[in-house]
Amino acid sequence: MEFFFNPFDNLLCILLGISFTVWVTLLLVFIIVPAILGVSFGIRRLYMKTLLKIFEWATLRLERGAKEKNHPLYKPYSNALIAKEPTSLEEEIKEIRRSGSNKDLDSATEFEMSDIFYFARRGVESIMDDEVTKRFSAEELESWNLLTRSNYNFHYISLRLTVLWGLGLLIRYGLLLPLRVTLAFTGVGLLVFLTSLIGLLPNGRMKNLLSEKVHLMCYRICVRALTAIITYHDSENKPKNGGICVANHTSPIDVIILASDGCYAMVGQIHGGLMGVIQRSMVKACPHIWFERSEVKDRHLVAKRLSDHVEDKTKLPILIFPEGTCINNTSVMMFKKGSFEIGGTVYPVAIKYDPRFGDAFWNSSKFGMVNYLLRMMSSWAIVCSVWYLPPMSREEGEDAVQFANRVKAAIARQGGLVDLLWDGGLKRDKVKDTFKEEQQKLYSKMLVGTQENRSRS
Amino acid sequence: MGSNKSTLQHIPNAEELMEETGFSAAHIQRLYDRFQLLDRDQMGGLRNEDFEAIPELVTNPIKDRIIGAFLSPGKDMVDFPSFVRVLAHFQPTNSKRSKTSSQEQYNSPTRKLQFVFQLYDQDRDGKISKTEMLQVLQEMLRMEETDEQLQSVMEKAFQEADLDQDDAISFDEFKKSLEKLDISEKMSIGFLC
Repeated sequence: MEFFFNPFDNLLCILLGISFTVWVTLLLVFIIVPAILGVSFGIRRLYMKTLLKIFEWATLRLERGAKEKNHPLYKPYSNALIAKEPTSLEEEIKEIRRSGSNKDLDSATEFEMSDIFYFARRGVESIMDDEVTKRFSAEELESWNLLTRSNYNFHYISLRLTVLWGLGLLIRYGLLLPLRVTLAFTGVGLLVFLTSLIGLLPNGRMKNLLSEKVHLMCYRICVRALTAIITYHDSENKPKNGGICVANHTSPIDVIILASDGCYAMVGQIHGGLMGVIQRSMVKACPHIWFERSEVKDRHLVAKRLSDHVEDKTKLPILIFPEGTCINNTSVMMFKKGSFEIGGTVYPVAIKYDPRFGDAFWNSSKFGMVNYLLRMMSSWAIVCSVWYLPPMSREEGEDAVQFANRVKAAIARQGGLVDLLWDGGLKRDKVKDTFKEEQQKLYSKMLVGTQENRSRS
Repeated sequence: MGSNKSTLQHIPNAEELMEETGFSAAHIQRLYDRFQLLDRDQMGGLRNEDFEAIPELVTNPIKDRIIGAFLSPGKDMVDFPSFVRVLAHFQPTNSKRSKTSSQEQYNSPTRKLQFVFQLYDQDRDGKISKTEMLQVLQEMLRMEETDEQLQSVMEKAFQEADLDQDDAISFDEFKKSLEKLDISEKMSIGFLC
């Protein structure tokens, strides 16, 4: 009986050994070495093109299936649901009064019962569709990307499509996910280990050089761990030492994307656990700015540390996300003015993800960090474009808020995102009272205007 | 358009809602998505807090009255069918999809007027009293005008509408004062799909 099992055991061991070796060699040759050297075989772009063709085919099949059954296909509209008139309060109420009133406008009373129509309609419009709440949930896609996470057209899936989807599932979870997780561990592990090593060196040119190389290499491995296909535009505008780099925020991955193309000093709060370990070792090699939880509340302390860093022109540019929270990459929300008061040159960067391959937005109320990373690593790919915009500085007579808005407008324009004045903090907090009174002020001004007209005539 | 019914299998009572309100299958789907987005704690209904999470609504002076139109008195949660029925008031009048007679349609001019009337008439006694009108004015103008100014403005508007001088504006008087207004145009919200 024992002889019966032994050959199988041996065979199994040999097979496992061989496949493991092959696996590691492939990994090394195609992924890790290029990451170290910073070159690319172009495999990921080929992969992306193939995927696109498959998605197009899948969508066509869905449409054909729907047509056969004579149903309209559910097409999500990623922008507006309802038609909203861009008229002001004053214009609209005057229009309502003009069309409904029996009297001429000069002797009109200050208040008409029909005025309420305007507020009622605006109110219901905002219930049906508003600019803010939809920014905190993932964007909807127009074509199906073989991820069941967002698909309402289930009953049009033919057998062929189901097989394809099943295959996709197998590939994503069976092949891509383990590969990516391995890479992620490698990248992070190397980062912690090597930066700790470098921390032992004396401060000087050698240390900075090595730190730069190590950071870039590890981030590049992480980029491959996510199969992130990034296109960098206008690299001549890359942030320089002593400057501040600001970008729109969609997910924690933004950091990896930017840091794999340049060296930055990160800013953030020290966390516990694995994150804290990584942060602490990173700061040994290169002066990142980490704050304790208690220090974060002290705005002056924060501002001082940041401006000290910026004044030292030999230090790396700071990387800041002024929105303060993750937005779903269809818009840019209010930039907090703190980053724009520090001084120094601001280098704006616009990051736009292509949602067809995997939605990068981190909905922190729905998913925790680990869940999010797993979803990322089991998507097809993360495809994005990064634009380095020309540097901007605060102009004479411009205050921090205006400067922040100017930078925000430039980023929104470049990335094709909607430029909103609303605060990203509205994800969790309530609207400030000052906003509530605005409508009342406008209405009252209009009525007072009417009153003045009357007293003049 | 063919039969759209099976596309909405996951929405309860979808066909009845479509017939009752005149919304198309696509509209119902979109509204359902919106409902689920607003329903933060996924309770199957919207409460006051869910409405208060819409910043553009919070800045509206009469937001409590609008929310009150959804949350009928005694209930603190509005489910999807009731949500859709209220929104049906804002359908353009010329959309002739509903099968019920034109008098009962949610988006008839009379029903639209009734909706606005109820925004004024919070105690639902069928009449707008002077107090109720003053309250509306206070909400729309809050700190901007003094109480005396509001009082006089209110009196003027009230006298014009109160034709039988009984210190209350009935629905018919309300209707009469707005008869020249193109209700359907001013109280309609068009879908983009």
